[in-house]
Amino acid sequence: MAEPVKLRYTVPPDDFTRAGEASSAVKKTLKKLGIHPDVVRRVAIAMYEGEINMVIHAQGGEITVEIHPDRVEMVLADRGPGIKDINLAMQAGYSTAPEEVRNLGFGAGMGLPNMKKYTDEMRLESTPGVGTTVSMTVRNPA
Amino acid sequence: MKTVEEMARELGLTVIEGGDGLSREISGGVYCCDLLSIVMGRAPAGGVWVTVMANLNAIAVAVLCDLSCVVIAEGMAIDEATRQKAREQEVVLLFSERPVYDTAVAIGKVTGDET
Repeated sequence: MAEPVKLRYTVPPDDFTRAGEASSAVKKTLKKLGIHPDVVRRVAIAMYEGEINMVIHAQGGEITVEIHPDRVEMVLADRGPGIKDINLAMQAGYSTAPEEVRNLGFGAGMGLPNMKKYTDEMRLESTPGVGTTVSMTVRNPA
Repeated sequence: MKTVEEMARELGLTVIEGGDGLSREISGGVYCCDLLSIVMGRAPAGGVWVTVMANLNAIAVAVLCDLSCVVIAEGMAIDEATRQKAREQEVVLLFSERPVYDTAVAIGKVTGDET
């Protein structure tokens, strides 16, 4: 089997103007590889939500993406404040985003629910005071 | 199906940033919302998005959702950074002085999306 394509990105802190660069780059790569448009869209949306979360809550972080023939795996890791109550955070509409972030059009409390909705697998590990890691897989139907 | 350019011309929408995307056919109907995560979850690919959210992140959302164009309504100001991002990302950016609802209804009429 072919080696997976591995991509790595650093999400800069406090920079909403650059948030989305990593997901756009991944989107372009997936398109070039001829991945199904629906898979491309799902990966791009899930990853952008993750990027935005890192910028809003966690002073940025690291993203690794592995493109396998049958799936795309994303791992988004930050050393932010962590999530105290994961069940609450996963509820659609729940948000702790500050007012200035809401004014930009974020903070609808749909980020994590969207990430779950658009991926086939999503795992959220978080330790308050240490950081959060989100692992997501989108399968690519042959 | 109408192209973005045909729709813009028929409705008198101002083309802020155009490019190749103007000749794209509108395939996803019209969608309105300003909260970006909701837009990302629900805006149909190939559709027209009507919003007041004239910022860089709206352009990013348009790219990720593969929308045919973004219409900034209600006469909201569009800054140079947003225009530049639209240019770089090849997002068609249109502008209307009219309210979001009126703009969307008009778009629905010319694109045949009146559901």
